[in-house]
Amino acid sequence: MDRRAAVAKLLDARGDALVVTGLGSPTYDVHAHYDSEANYYLWGAMGGAALVGLGLAQAQPERRVMVITGDGEMLMALGALATIAVARPANLDILVLDNQRYGETGMQASHTGLGLDLAACAAAAGFAAARSLTRLDEVDALCAELRRPAQGPRLFVLKIEASTPPRSLPPRDAVFIKNRFRAHLGLGPN
Amino acid sequence: MNTSSEPNRDADWPEALHAVLRAADLRHASWVPDAGHARLIELLLADPAVTTNVLTSEEEGVAIATGAWLGGMRSVLLMQSSGVGNCINMLSLPVQTCTPFLTLVTMRGEWGEFNPWQVPMGKAAQKALEAIGLTVLRAETGRDLVETAAQAATMAWEADGQIALLIGQRLIGRKEW
Repeated sequence: MDRRAAVAKLLDARGDALVVTGLGSPTYDVHAHYDSEANYYLWGAMGGAALVGLGLAQAQPERRVMVITGDGEMLMALGALATIAVARPANLDILVLDNQRYGETGMQASHTGLGLDLAACAAAAGFAAARSLTRLDEVDALCAELRRPAQGPRLFVLKIEASTPPRSLPPRDAVFIKNRFRAHLGLGPN
Repeated sequence: MNTSSEPNRDADWPEALHAVLRAADLRHASWVPDAGHARLIELLLADPAVTTNVLTSEEEGVAIATGAWLGGMRSVLLMQSSGVGNCINMLSLPVQTCTPFLTLVTMRGEWGEFNPWQVPMGKAAQKALEAIGLTVLRAETGRDLVETAAQAATMAWEADGQIALLIGQRLIGRKEW
Protein backbone atom coordinates (compact mmCIF):
# COMPACT_ATOMS: atom_id res chain seq x y z
CA MET A 1 0.00 0.00 0.00
CA ASP A 2 1.01 3.62 -0.50
CA ARG A 3 2.38 5.09 2.71
CA ARG A 4 1.01 8.59 2.25
CA ALA A 5 -2.47 7.30 1.39
CA ALA A 6 -2.46 5.04 4.45
CA VAL A 7 -1.30 7.82 6.78
CA ALA A 8 -3.91 10.17 5.31
CA LYS A 9 -6.66 7.70 6.21
CA LEU A 10 -5.30 7.29 9.75
CA LEU A 11 -5.08 11.04 10.30
CA ASP A 12 -8.47 11.79 8.79
CA ALA A 13 -9.97 9.38 11.32
CA ARG A 14 -7.87 10.47 14.30
CA GLY A 15 -10.55 12.54 16.01
CA ASP A 16 -8.88 14.28 18.93
CA ALA A 17 -6.07 11.72 19.18
CA LEU A 18 -2.59 12.93 20.01
CA VAL A 19 0.01 11.78 17.47
CA VAL A 20 3.67 10.96 18.07
CA THR A 21 5.81 10.30 14.98
CA GLY A 22 9.00 8.28 14.67
CA LEU A 23 12.02 9.90 13.07
CA GLY A 24 12.48 9.88 9.32
CA SER A 25 9.74 9.10 6.83
CA PRO A 26 6.85 8.65 9.31
CA THR A 27 7.49 12.18 10.57
CA TYR A 28 7.42 13.46 6.96
CA ASP A 29 4.31 11.41 6.12
CA VAL A 30 2.30 12.85 9.00
CA HIS A 31 3.46 16.41 8.31
CA ALA A 32 2.74 16.01 4.59
CA HIS A 33 -0.96 15.38 5.29
CA TYR A 34 -1.31 18.36 7.61
CA ASP A 35 0.51 20.00 10.44
CA SER A 36 -1.17 20.05 13.83
CA GLU A 37 -0.46 21.31 17.31
CA ALA A 38 -1.49 17.83 18.46
CA ASN A 39 1.42 16.25 16.57
CA TYR A 40 4.69 15.58 18.36
CA TYR A 41 7.35 15.03 15.72
CA LEU A 42 10.54 13.20 16.57
CA TRP A 43 13.66 14.03 14.55
CA GLY A 44 15.91 11.70 16.54
CA ALA A 45 15.86 9.49 19.64
CA MET A 46 15.51 6.36 17.51
CA GLY A 47 13.66 3.69 19.46
CA GLY A 48 11.80 6.27 21.54
CA ALA A 49 8.58 6.91 19.66
CA ALA A 50 6.39 4.18 21.20
CA LEU A 51 7.74 4.97 24.66
CA VAL A 52 7.13 8.71 24.35
CA GLY A 53 3.64 7.58 23.42
CA LEU A 54 3.42 5.44 26.56
CA GLY A 55 4.44 8.27 28.89
CA LEU A 56 2.02 10.60 27.13
CA ALA A 57 -0.81 8.07 27.28
CA GLN A 58 -0.25 7.58 31.01
CA ALA A 59 -0.21 11.34 31.64
CA GLN A 60 -3.31 11.91 29.47
CA PRO A 61 -5.50 8.88 30.17
CA GLU A 62 -8.59 10.58 28.70
CA ARG A 63 -6.92 11.14 25.31
CA ARG A 64 -6.12 8.54 22.72
CA VAL A 65 -2.49 8.48 21.63
CA MET A 66 -1.39 7.26 18.21
CA VAL A 67 2.26 6.52 17.54
CA ILE A 68 3.09 6.43 13.84
CA THR A 69 6.56 5.06 13.25
CA GLY A 70 8.62 2.84 10.98
CA ASP A 71 9.82 -0.74 11.17
CA GLY A 72 13.45 0.21 11.81
CA GLU A 73 12.51 2.61 14.61
CA MET A 74 10.27 0.02 16.25
CA LEU A 75 12.84 -2.76 15.86
CA MET A 76 15.35 -0.70 17.85
CA ALA A 77 12.92 -0.88 20.78
CA LEU A 78 11.64 -4.46 20.88
CA GLY A 79 11.94 -4.23 24.67
CA ALA A 80 9.43 -1.40 24.52
CA LEU A 81 6.81 -3.91 23.41
CA ALA A 82 7.33 -5.74 26.71
CA THR A 83 7.25 -2.54 28.77
CA ILE A 84 4.13 -1.22 27.03
CA ALA A 85 2.37 -4.59 27.25
CA VAL A 86 2.80 -4.83 31.03
CA ALA A 87 1.94 -1.13 31.51
CA ARG A 88 -1.24 -1.94 29.57
CA PRO A 89 -2.47 1.53 28.60
CA ALA A 90 -5.90 1.27 26.98
CA ASN A 91 -5.40 4.54 25.07
CA LEU A 92 -2.20 3.79 23.13
CA ASP A 93 -2.15 2.58 19.54
CA ILE A 94 1.07 1.97 17.63
CA LEU A 95 0.97 2.07 13.85
CA VAL A 96 4.12 0.73 12.21
CA LEU A 97 4.70 1.74 8.60
CA ASP A 98 6.65 -1.29 7.48
CA ASN A 99 8.51 -1.10 4.17
CA GLN A 100 10.91 -3.79 5.42
CA ARG A 101 13.80 -1.41 4.79
CA TYR A 102 15.86 1.35 6.35
CA GLY A 103 14.56 4.02 4.01
CA GLU A 104 16.64 6.94 5.27
CA THR A 105 19.95 5.21 4.73
CA GLY A 106 19.69 3.54 1.34
CA MET A 107 16.87 1.01 1.58
CA GLN A 108 18.88 -1.70 3.28
CA ALA A 109 16.78 -4.66 4.40
CA SER A 110 15.50 -4.55 7.98
CA HIS A 111 14.63 -7.52 10.18
CA THR A 112 11.02 -7.40 8.98
CA GLY A 113 12.36 -7.82 5.45
CA LEU A 114 14.31 -10.82 6.68
CA GLY A 115 11.36 -12.60 8.24
CA LEU A 116 10.61 -10.98 11.61
CA ASP A 117 6.90 -10.41 12.34
CA LEU A 118 6.43 -7.30 14.50
CA ALA A 119 2.72 -7.93 15.04
CA ALA A 120 3.52 -11.41 16.33
CA CYS A 121 6.12 -9.90 18.67
CA ALA A 122 3.53 -7.49 20.07
CA ALA A 123 0.95 -10.27 20.44
CA ALA A 124 3.47 -12.45 22.25
CA ALA A 125 4.30 -9.57 24.58
CA GLY A 126 0.65 -9.26 25.52
CA PHE A 127 -0.81 -6.45 23.40
CA ALA A 128 -4.60 -6.42 23.38
CA ALA A 129 -4.63 -6.46 19.58
CA ALA A 130 -1.90 -6.86 17.00
CA ARG A 131 -1.97 -7.73 13.33
CA SER A 132 -0.56 -6.83 9.94
CA LEU A 133 -2.41 -5.18 7.06
CA THR A 134 -1.31 -5.45 3.46
CA ARG A 135 -3.98 -3.55 1.47
CA LEU A 136 -5.05 0.07 1.62
CA ASP A 137 -8.74 -0.81 1.81
CA GLU A 138 -8.04 -2.66 5.06
CA VAL A 139 -7.05 0.65 6.64
CA ASP A 140 -10.66 1.86 6.54
CA ALA A 141 -11.72 -1.01 8.82
CA LEU A 142 -8.69 -0.36 10.99
CA CYS A 143 -9.70 3.29 11.41
CA ALA A 144 -13.13 2.19 12.61
CA GLU A 145 -11.51 -0.27 15.00
CA LEU A 146 -9.18 2.41 16.36
CA ARG A 147 -12.15 4.58 17.28
CA ARG A 148 -13.60 1.82 19.45
CA PRO A 149 -12.42 1.41 23.07
CA ALA A 150 -9.49 -0.93 23.57
CA GLN A 151 -8.73 -3.37 26.37
CA GLY A 152 -5.04 -2.51 26.25
CA PRO A 153 -2.33 -1.33 23.88
CA ARG A 154 -2.73 -2.17 20.21
CA LEU A 155 -0.14 -2.47 17.46
CA PHE A 156 -0.84 -2.64 13.76
CA VAL A 157 1.74 -3.18 11.05
CA LEU A 158 0.93 -1.53 7.74
CA LYS A 159 2.89 -3.22 4.99
CA ILE A 160 3.77 -0.32 2.69
CA GLU A 161 5.58 -0.06 -0.61
CA ALA A 162 9.22 0.98 -0.52
CA SER A 163 8.66 4.44 -1.98
CA THR A 164 10.29 7.77 -1.24
CA PRO A 165 7.67 10.49 -1.58
CA PRO A 166 8.83 14.12 -1.39
CA ARG A 167 9.98 15.02 2.10
CA SER A 168 7.66 17.27 4.06
CA LEU A 169 9.67 18.71 6.91
CA PRO A 170 8.09 19.90 10.16
CA PRO A 171 9.99 22.41 12.29
CA ARG A 172 13.25 21.01 13.66
CA ASP A 173 13.09 23.31 16.68
CA ALA A 174 12.52 20.74 19.41
CA VAL A 175 11.54 23.28 22.07
CA PHE A 176 8.99 24.91 19.77
CA ILE A 177 7.35 21.57 18.99
CA LYS A 178 7.29 20.64 22.69
CA ASN A 179 5.78 23.91 23.83
CA ARG A 180 3.25 24.01 20.99
CA PHE A 181 2.13 20.48 21.87
CA ARG A 182 1.84 21.25 25.59
CA ALA A 183 -0.09 24.43 24.85
CA HIS A 184 -2.57 22.33 22.85
CA LEU A 185 -3.16 20.36 26.06
CA GLY A 186 -3.59 23.55 28.07
CA LEU A 187 -0.17 23.21 29.69
CA GLY A 188 2.38 25.99 30.03
CA PRO A 189 5.98 25.73 28.81
CA ASN A 190 7.05 24.62 32.29
CA MET B 1 21.02 -6.01 41.99
CA ASN B 2 22.86 -5.87 45.27
CA THR B 3 21.98 -6.29 48.88
CA SER B 4 23.01 -3.84 51.53
CA SER B 5 25.40 -5.14 54.16
CA GLU B 6 26.21 -1.98 56.08
CA PRO B 7 23.62 -0.12 58.14
CA ASN B 8 22.90 3.37 56.85
CA ARG B 9 23.42 6.19 59.30
CA ASP B 10 20.23 7.77 58.02
CA ALA B 11 18.26 4.58 57.56
CA ASP B 12 14.96 6.29 56.77
CA TRP B 13 16.20 8.18 53.70
CA PRO B 14 14.00 6.30 51.22
CA GLU B 15 10.89 7.50 53.04
CA ALA B 16 12.21 11.07 53.15
CA LEU B 17 13.23 10.86 49.49
CA HIS B 18 9.74 9.70 48.52
CA ALA B 19 8.26 12.55 50.55
CA VAL B 20 10.34 15.31 48.96
CA LEU B 21 9.69 14.01 45.44
CA ARG B 22 5.94 13.82 46.09
CA ALA B 23 6.03 17.31 47.63
CA ALA B 24 7.49 18.45 44.29
CA ASP B 25 4.45 16.85 42.58
CA LEU B 26 6.10 13.68 41.31
CA ARG B 27 3.32 11.68 39.62
CA HIS B 28 5.13 9.14 37.50
CA ALA B 29 8.16 6.84 37.77
CA SER B 30 10.04 4.19 35.81
CA TRP B 31 12.88 1.89 36.76
CA VAL B 32 15.18 -0.97 36.12
CA PRO B 33 15.37 -2.28 39.68
CA ASP B 34 18.39 -1.94 41.92
CA ALA B 35 18.68 -3.03 45.53
CA GLY B 36 19.67 0.51 46.41
CA HIS B 37 16.30 1.71 45.12
CA ALA B 38 14.31 -1.21 46.52
CA ARG B 39 12.57 0.65 49.36
CA LEU B 40 11.82 3.70 47.21
CA ILE B 41 10.32 1.40 44.55
CA GLU B 42 8.09 -0.18 47.22
CA LEU B 43 6.93 3.26 48.32
CA LEU B 44 6.19 4.34 44.74
CA LEU B 45 4.29 1.12 43.99
CA ALA B 46 2.19 1.67 47.12
CA ASP B 47 1.43 5.30 46.20
CA PRO B 48 -1.87 5.48 44.30
CA ALA B 49 -1.02 8.95 42.98
CA VAL B 50 2.06 7.72 41.11
CA THR B 51 1.97 5.83 37.79
CA THR B 52 4.84 3.36 37.56
CA ASN B 53 6.62 1.36 34.87
CA VAL B 54 9.15 -1.44 35.04
CA LEU B 55 11.56 -1.27 32.10
CA THR B 56 13.52 -3.84 30.16
CA SER B 57 16.34 -1.33 29.65
CA GLU B 58 17.03 2.07 31.11
CA GLU B 59 16.80 4.17 27.96
CA GLU B 60 13.12 3.29 27.74
CA GLY B 61 12.56 5.38 30.84
CA VAL B 62 14.15 8.45 29.24
CA ALA B 63 11.59 8.40 26.43
CA ILE B 64 8.72 7.57 28.79
CA ALA B 65 9.61 10.48 31.11
CA THR B 66 9.72 12.83 28.12
CA GLY B 67 6.27 11.68 27.05
CA ALA B 68 4.93 12.05 30.58
CA TRP B 69 6.16 15.65 30.71
CA LEU B 70 4.55 16.35 27.33
CA GLY B 71 1.30 15.22 28.91
CA GLY B 72 1.79 17.21 32.10
CA MET B 73 3.23 14.68 34.54
CA ARG B 74 6.50 14.91 36.44
CA SER B 75 8.44 11.66 36.24
CA VAL B 76 11.60 10.17 37.72
CA LEU B 77 13.82 7.40 36.33
CA LEU B 78 15.54 5.04 38.77
CA MET B 79 18.55 2.95 37.73
CA GLN B 80 21.99 1.85 38.79
CA SER B 81 25.17 3.15 37.23
CA SER B 82 25.48 0.22 34.84
CA GLY B 83 22.32 1.50 33.16
CA VAL B 84 23.74 4.94 32.40
CA GLY B 85 25.55 3.72 29.33
CA ASN B 86 22.32 2.31 27.93
CA CYS B 87 20.73 5.77 28.02
CA ILE B 88 23.17 8.02 26.22
CA ASN B 89 21.61 8.50 22.77
CA MET B 90 18.08 8.61 24.20
CA LEU B 91 19.17 11.40 26.55
CA SER B 92 19.50 13.57 23.43
CA LEU B 93 15.69 13.68 23.59
CA PRO B 94 15.28 15.60 26.89
CA VAL B 95 18.49 17.55 26.22
CA GLN B 96 17.53 18.79 22.75
CA THR B 97 13.90 19.42 23.69
CA CYS B 98 14.85 21.10 27.00
CA THR B 99 12.41 18.75 28.68
CA PRO B 100 12.64 18.58 32.47
CA PHE B 101 14.28 15.27 33.36
CA LEU B 102 15.34 13.72 36.66
CA THR B 103 17.11 10.42 37.20
CA LEU B 104 18.38 8.93 40.47
CA VAL B 105 21.37 6.66 39.88
CA THR B 106 22.69 4.27 42.51
CA MET B 107 26.41 3.80 42.04
CA ARG B 108 28.26 0.53 41.65
CA GLY B 109 31.93 -0.07 41.19
CA GLU B 110 33.25 2.58 43.52
CA TRP B 111 33.01 1.52 47.21
CA GLY B 112 34.02 -1.91 48.40
CA GLU B 113 33.04 -3.29 45.00
CA PHE B 114 33.77 -6.99 44.77
CA ASN B 115 32.73 -7.41 41.12
CA PRO B 116 35.28 -5.87 38.76
CA TRP B 117 32.80 -5.96 35.88
CA GLN B 118 30.89 -3.13 37.61
CA VAL B 119 33.89 -0.84 37.74
CA PRO B 120 34.22 0.47 34.14
CA MET B 121 30.67 1.80 33.85
CA GLY B 122 30.76 3.03 37.43
CA LYS B 123 33.86 5.06 36.61
CA ALA B 124 32.38 6.33 33.33
CA ALA B 125 28.87 7.16 34.55
CA GLN B 126 29.38 10.79 35.56
CA LYS B 127 31.56 11.61 32.55
CA ALA B 128 29.09 9.98 30.17
CA LEU B 129 26.13 11.84 31.64
CA GLU B 130 27.97 15.15 31.48
CA ALA B 131 29.16 14.45 27.95
CA ILE B 132 25.57 14.17 26.65
CA GLY B 133 24.60 17.34 28.49
CA LEU B 134 23.15 16.41 31.86
CA THR B 135 23.89 18.23 35.08
CA VAL B 136 25.27 15.74 37.60
CA LEU B 137 24.86 15.98 41.36
CA ARG B 138 26.11 13.54 43.99
CA ALA B 139 25.08 12.57 47.49
CA GLU B 140 27.04 10.48 49.97
CA THR B 141 24.78 10.44 53.03
CA GLY B 142 21.08 9.94 53.55
CA ARG B 143 20.56 13.48 54.78
CA ASP B 144 22.57 14.91 51.89
CA LEU B 145 20.61 12.78 49.44
CA VAL B 146 17.22 14.02 50.61
CA GLU B 147 18.29 17.67 50.50
CA THR B 148 19.97 17.28 47.14
CA ALA B 149 16.99 15.46 45.68
CA ALA B 150 14.67 18.27 46.73
CA GLN B 151 16.71 20.89 44.93
CA ALA B 152 17.38 18.56 41.98
CA ALA B 153 13.61 18.28 41.55
CA THR B 154 13.42 22.08 41.49
CA MET B 155 16.26 22.32 38.97
CA ALA B 156 14.59 19.75 36.73
CA TRP B 157 10.91 20.54 36.94
CA GLU B 158 10.98 24.28 37.60
CA ALA B 159 14.12 25.27 35.69
CA ASP B 160 13.88 22.92 32.67
CA GLY B 161 16.97 21.02 33.79
CA GLN B 162 18.16 17.57 32.83
CA ILE B 163 19.52 16.32 36.12
CA ALA B 164 21.18 13.09 37.25
CA LEU B 165 21.62 12.60 40.98
CA LEU B 166 24.25 9.97 41.71
CA ILE B 167 23.81 8.11 45.00
CA GLY B 168 27.21 7.05 46.29
CA GLN B 169 27.76 3.34 46.81
CA ARG B 170 29.06 4.18 50.28
CA LEU B 171 25.50 5.17 51.18
CA ILE B 172 23.88 2.11 49.63
CA GLY B 173 26.40 -0.29 51.11
CA ARG B 174 28.75 -2.77 49.51
CA LYS B 175 27.25 -5.86 47.95
CA GLU B 176 27.12 -8.88 50.25
CA TRP B 177 28.62 -11.98 48.62
